[in-house]
Amino acid sequence: MTIVQTATGPAKTMVLNMGPQHPSTHGVLRVLLELDGETVVKADVDIGYLHTGIEKTAEALTYSQTITITDRMDYLAPLSNNLVYCLAVEKLLGLEVPKRAQYIRVLLTELTRIGSHLVWLGTHAIDLGAMSVFLYCFREREQLLSIFEMVSGQRMMTSYFRIGGLALEPPAGWMDRVAKVVQTFPSRFDEYEDLLTKNRIWQARTQGVGLLTASDAIAMGVSGPSLRGSGVDYDVRKYFPYSSYDEFDFQVPVRTEGDCYARYLCRVAEMRESLKIVRQAMEKIPPEGPIKADAPGIVAPQREKMKIEMEALIYHFKIYTEGFAPPPGEVYQRIESPRGELGCFIASDGSPKPYRMRIRAPSFVNLQALQKMVEGRLIADVIASIGTLDIVLGEIDR
Amino acid sequence: MTETPDLEKNPTVARIRAWRPGAIAELISFRGELTLVVPREHLRPLAEFLRGESDLAFTFLSDVTGVDRFPIEPRFELNYHLLSISRRDSLRLRVRLPGESPVIESVVPVWPTANWHEREIFDLFGMRFEGHPDLRRMLMPDDWEGFPLRKDYPVEGPR
Repeated sequence: MTIVQTATGPAKTMVLNMGPQHPSTHGVLRVLLELDGETVVKADVDIGYLHTGIEKTAEALTYSQTITITDRMDYLAPLSNNLVYCLAVEKLLGLEVPKRAQYIRVLLTELTRIGSHLVWLGTHAIDLGAMSVFLYCFREREQLLSIFEMVSGQRMMTSYFRIGGLALEPPAGWMDRVAKVVQTFPSRFDEYEDLLTKNRIWQARTQGVGLLTASDAIAMGVSGPSLRGSGVDYDVRKYFPYSSYDEFDFQVPVRTEGDCYARYLCRVAEMRESLKIVRQAMEKIPPEGPIKADAPGIVAPQREKMKIEMEALIYHFKIYTEGFAPPPGEVYQRIESPRGELGCFIASDGSPKPYRMRIRAPSFVNLQALQKMVEGRLIADVIASIGTLDIVLGEIDR
Repeated sequence: MTETPDLEKNPTVARIRAWRPGAIAELISFRGELTLVVPREHLRPLAEFLRGESDLAFTFLSDVTGVDRFPIEPRFELNYHLLSISRRDSLRLRVRLPGESPVIESVVPVWPTANWHEREIFDLFGMRFEGHPDLRRMLMPDDWEGFPLRKDYPVEGPR
């Protein structure tokens, strides 16, 4: 409690508890708002309600088993989480993944990005009072989820990327579904923009709100579209290309205003760029070819081989009972998740289980900027600022 | 994973050697990633140097994370993942801390983003950061006993 000067003399501030059960906190986030009337003096963020000890659990699982718990962190972009973990283990092993698998990974993670941005757009819009956009976004997202279900058997907890490649050969006809998405989505994005971009209420609620300067954003470690809305073009796909991203031609949308509206424009433009990458990936993916690296003892052998080759059977047994042991050492792998720089640090001690697995969650770091964005602003802007950061509490608390 | 003369030619390493030769205790290169092992007392000045010098410009701190090497001494390890956006370069700093006094100077004044990272490490590993503005539990409840990510803390929880 602090004393503030008001027009009628000194007065005490009030502390308002927002969350953890609040529809606009996008999960279980608690913010302690210290208010002077309707103005925010201080915003203290309290997290940890979804803490499940994923990093600790990973230390008790083998490298392959850990993939299934990575899905559960950022549940809006499970494939990005699978990817960063698999890339980190592959880096640790020095394993090269076949080009076909790399392109399929790129295609699916870009679809994930679109799906995640659709949820963000829908929920951000409903927070600020635009109900219809929410319904449209979730309608389109359903198409993407059905592609993930077709490919991996699961709508959300995919676990489709495995160490050394992919879990399964994608089913026949999946490309037709992707082609339909590529064909129909641009006009859908136009529809959302028709509803929001020039909408005066939307502009009033987002323009000049949640301001973040470029130097503040860098100092706070903000990454992803939240950073690019402040005029810094840092995108891991361009800066440190992984999974053959350097072979794709795409733009990184950047705006300099640093407000919620700029970040909105960045994300919508990013969805269009993702479609461009998907279109290129469709052309690049060869119809046939290996989807797993040829690494006996690390990548499980094909079913047919196990029936005729003794070694294949032994490898299969060993991989699923004791796992494989990468060399001792530490690696840090970063990728561009829909929310920003998603990092995975693995320390290996030469045993079949990760000695330490750490996820650098972009939402966790981005949320730190909230205090800076809402200080001295109205309480209604807190809702817009939380929405614009695009947080996922599963990833923040891990 | 051994010290090789090639690593000394790395421009960042050469710059630091020229500035303060004792700031790097060991150089490790693994899978193309460079790690500088830094003595505890040199971390804070080195952080300021790496961030402040315009030809190094490590302005972005990606991540800070701990590792518990129990029962090996020095038991704790801190890894700082730095990034220079203008030079497209990355670097890892590593500090080793003894088990009986896992205390180090905070880097929050250099990179404000370290605030939550250091709080999380305090919460889960029990390492302490001197000069941290707000060192409280973060993910665990305030009255929690023990530090879950330590290796002597069972996966099933305390008994």
